[in-house]
Amino acid sequence: MEKIYDVMIFGAGAAGLSAGIYASRGKLDTLILSEGVTGGQMVLTNEIANYPGVETVKGYELADSMKRQVKSFGCTLKTNVKIKEYRLSDEIKEVELGDGRVFRAKAAILAPGGRPRSLNIPGEKEFEGRGISYCATCDADFFKDKRLVVVGGGNSALEEAVTLTHFASHVTIVHQFDHFQAFAHAVEEAERNPKISFIMESELREYSGGETLEKVKIENLRTGEVSELETDGVFVFIGYIPNTEAFRDFVETNQNGEFVVDPLMKTSLPGIYAAGDCVAKRYRQVTTSVSDGTIAALSATEYIRTKN
Amino acid sequence: MKYLRTGIQEIETADELQKIISENENVMVCCGRMGPMCIPVYEIMEELEEERPGVKFYSMAFDSPESGVIRNAPECRGFMGLPFTMYYKNGQVAKATTSIQDMSQITANLDQYLA
Repeated sequence: MEKIYDVMIFGAGAAGLSAGIYASRGKLDTLILSEGVTGGQMVLTNEIANYPGVETVKGYELADSMKRQVKSFGCTLKTNVKIKEYRLSDEIKEVELGDGRVFRAKAAILAPGGRPRSLNIPGEKEFEGRGISYCATCDADFFKDKRLVVVGGGNSALEEAVTLTHFASHVTIVHQFDHFQAFAHAVEEAERNPKISFIMESELREYSGGETLEKVKIENLRTGEVSELETDGVFVFIGYIPNTEAFRDFVETNQNGEFVVDPLMKTSLPGIYAAGDCVAKRYRQVTTSVSDGTIAALSATEYIRTKN
Repeated sequence: MKYLRTGIQEIETADELQKIISENENVMVCCGRMGPMCIPVYEIMEELEEERPGVKFYSMAFDSPESGVIRNAPECRGFMGLPFTMYYKNGQVAKATTSIQDMSQITANLDQYLA
């Protein structure tokens, strides 16, 4: 008889690791499978200053600490795996990896997180890493005294635009609406910055250049007029897409592709729970993912014990 | 001086890098920081280290003056995204990539250039 875990967790971000900590500490035989890296979007954050009990911590350090903690409770963690097929509708949940290995469990927690949204316009693949970036912390210093474009109108876009002015000669924010979604203080700070200008109600249509990015085409959404803007780099901050595509055929999602769950993190399928940024909710923080993961693990524990 | 906190061995000097690539047929070096685009690559390399004994996996700190040998390599011209990842075959640069790479991209490069 092949091994059957008590619970399989898909995703190793804050939600998946928290679920793993609670499940394995609760003596459940627990497996975490992740197609990405340990820590998920925590590692995208340079410094976390609002995690209770920890004054400031680097995102990767918190992720590393959670990873060591989950392993210390006996949880099996496999990251960067390729998952070929999920078979979650039966009582025993199954997953098949790209290399043919099959894992089974009595319950599953879906915590696949999200990924940065890209513009999907011509030139994108060609200039990623050659002018197009999704991480100001990583790549800002390649653009000292250069002209930059920031795409987006949320908190990340406006805050990162201000950060980028410490390096760049000028930053142009391009946003599709006539107003920003960011908090008022972030908007005010960007508007006060003499190095920032704004192109509103507009979207990028094309990247072009030679060895590196040299210009972008921008369409004014109100007039339809397309213009060119010379730039050395573009930083894109237009939100995240929930990584739920693989589950949508059998687990209920909303119009944004987010899992619909009840307060115990139960999905529409028995024995399947969901946690973290992939879940329909208003706020997305490390702390809310930790909370989701905790509740999902405790609910899964109760489900398994009821079944036994 | 070590700058990086990863599970793979960190090369500290240009001389050490030269020695490693001259003594080993297949070497992959990820030159980066402890940032969100670099950490995933280090973690993938940690996992591949067990599976691919024929390849030596190393990190090198982008901010170390010693990594100028990678930062200024002709193969990295135009690179504007961390990390810079180098694939060396018999002491020569066989492939260089800029910015984050996933498992399938890295294994494809290993299969193609360091087979």
